Amino acid sequence: MEIMILAGGLSHERDVSLRSGRRVADALRDRGDNVTLHDVDSDLIPSLRNNHIDVVWPIVHGASGEDGSLQGLLEMLGVPFVGTQAKEARVAWVKPVAKAVLDRVGITTPEFVTLPQSLFREVGAEQILDAIVSRFGLPVVVKPARGGSALGVTLVNEPQELAHALVHCFAYGDIALIERAVHGAEVAVSVIGEGDSARVLPGVEIVCEGPYDYDARYNPGRVEYFAPARLDASVADAVAGTALATHRELGLRDLSRIDVIVSDNDTVNVLDINVAPGLTEVSLFPQAVAAAGLELGDLYREILEGAAARGAA
Amino acid sequence: MNESTPDVPRSAEGTRLDPWYDAYAARAHQMRASEIRALFAVASRPEVVSLAGGMPYIAGLPLEDIGAMMQRIVTERGQVALQYGSGQGDEQLREQITTVMALEGIAAHPDDVVITTGSQQALDLVTNIFIDPGDVIVAEAPSYVGALGVFRAREAEVVHVPMDADGLIPAALEETLTKLRAAGRRVKFLYTVPNFHNPAGVTLSLERRPQIVEICARHGVLILEDNPYGLLGFDRDPLPALRSLSPEGVIYLGSFSKTFAPGYRVGWALAPHAVREKLVLASEAAILSPSNIAQMAISSYLDHFDWQGQIKAFREQYRERRDAMISALQEHIPTATWNVPDGGFYVWVKLPEGLDSKSMLPRAVTARVAYVAGTAFFTDGQGADHMRLSYCYPTPERIREGVRRLAGVVDQELETVRIFGAAASANPSTVEFPSPDLA
Repeated sequence: MEIMILAGGLSHERDVSLRSGRRVADALRDRGDNVTLHDVDSDLIPSLRNNHIDVVWPIVHGASGEDGSLQGLLEMLGVPFVGTQAKEARVAWVKPVAKAVLDRVGITTPEFVTLPQSLFREVGAEQILDAIVSRFGLPVVVKPARGGSALGVTLVNEPQELAHALVHCFAYGDIALIERAVHGAEVAVSVIGEGDSARVLPGVEIVCEGPYDYDARYNPGRVEYFAPARLDASVADAVAGTALATHRELGLRDLSRIDVIVSDNDTVNVLDINVAPGLTEVSLFPQAVAAAGLELGDLYREILEGAAARGAA
Repeated sequence: MNESTPDVPRSAEGTRLDPWYDAYAARAHQMRASEIRALFAVASRPEVVSLAGGMPYIAGLPLEDIGAMMQRIVTERGQVALQYGSGQGDEQLREQITTVMALEGIAAHPDDVVITTGSQQALDLVTNIFIDPGDVIVAEAPSYVGALGVFRAREAEVVHVPMDADGLIPAALEETLTKLRAAGRRVKFLYTVPNFHNPAGVTLSLERRPQIVEICARHGVLILEDNPYGLLGFDRDPLPALRSLSPEGVIYLGSFSKTFAPGYRVGWALAPHAVREKLVLASEAAILSPSNIAQMAISSYLDHFDWQGQIKAFREQYRERRDAMISALQEHIPTATWNVPDGGFYVWVKLPEGLDSKSMLPRAVTARVAYVAGTAFFTDGQGADHMRLSYCYPTPERIREGVRRLAGVVDQELETVRIFGAAASANPSTVEFPSPDLA
């Protein structure tokens, strides 16, 4: 099987994507697979046309990699690929839209509002900032409505921090999502497969000294991971069920990572949905695979074989 | 597996993904992975106009001839080129380096030259032998980010002294040294880039040079003179190095990275005899010896190529690029202010009121243009209102396009500041560890 892994791209998460792509390629090559690693650039289409490629795995984080664009291109080119299809990726990528979909089927996400920068100009920033604090209280989480790797994300504890958090957020995108902060056990649940055959891997619990920010994610040390998560069996089942329901409801395919927080009353809140989860040496998905007692290379091969057998959309 | 939790053993043991987490030195725990550094991964793509890195215009070199030179070194002298060498560096190259330094008025003996892996290693060696944790280093405001990274790694406290268009201000240096002495602080050295400063672009005037040397001598403060750009002036001959005014009071750092090619990683330190001895011992402890093949390449280049003619060609290329950047700034971002450097690689731009260059960087990367935020060049939180633009690497056309994109970013950021106020734009500052993009 000839495999092409797409990594890089031009998003703010290029670095993480390149690291993910190299890790997956290494895991596959270790078991003898033929893998080409390719950037998302002007050589991509000629490479796909001029070489026999059985399946493509787009591991491009951030815009174009997760917003359905790249998937749409691969569908248009008739190339079998790993991961969620364009239409579903578009929904999952826009956090407020995904939250609305989940809300309709009773999956809990933190209370939120989305506000474009233009609205602050039109209505007046000070009044909106006051309204945010009175509606949600503090702390709140400010994040770009589209994006990942904690880029542009701030936990706001004091009213005077809110404006700066929004400015930081708007540097990454024009729309901010402001969420009521939820406290509790933070668990990342990786899901593989699709539809009725989808299955969860053991949840990975994240215990972080300070905010779970870019440094915490990619500079090992400040975060302690527990896999499987230290949850009572009934809660663990609820977490797994919520992640699986999220994956199915959003029509995700092959692999995803659903980040949740279990609040004090054992409510499972879905925080984030990743259609192209990080696959670096410090990422959560590989930890879940290891906790399940699976070999990364074998699982990646299984995912690729499934995508190749499925064929082009 | 199904909707219920997978049936795997439950463990109370967590992992930090780093079994040595508790073994690190305390200073290692202060190191942070920066999302700003991650953004620079995009800058390597051709779609992005990078005005960030201080990368010389290597395409301007006679690469085929250099290739033939490298082949000769390996085929004719490979047994030496690929072997360990002297800890202090090759004697012939040290001799040649004295002739390079003579162009800036330095009379030096080859015995006092220590060849290093780029002048960055020389910076580290000097800091290693002089600095205990908490010692004070006085440095210009702003100062080269790569030096600040070394100083922080050695746990020095950096005190900045302001500059103006003529470089370091003698009265401000006097005042700072006096205050520090009164506070009982021992200043170990003054770190200065006197020519075509990185990032400020300014040059220490001829009149001020003896004043700076005198002030430091009176306060018993060594000078660390870092001079990678001295031969890259556009309009005049090089000024005399501080080292030429005080052989015993100055450690001079030189480099072939900007005048020839950084890929060889060859620089040097010229130090008073006793200091030189310790630098050699420290360098041997760190790297045993600098690369023989790289030293032989530099030596051969100095012997067989018109290296001064090449520097002249570089100067003309960089002048054209400087002009392109300045005219583009005038056209596209007239609300900013900047210096007009007469040499070197950098323009130091002061942004319109209220803008924060670090906050603005993700927006710039989205617009496919990169720069270095001013905060990288300070240890005390200053610099948010500045950014460093490099004109050395992109073509004039790319420079104009990059500045045009930057203008759009500035406009967007001004809109954000109008909405939220300047205070909201301010960003906590951190010192970035150096990377090639920041050199």
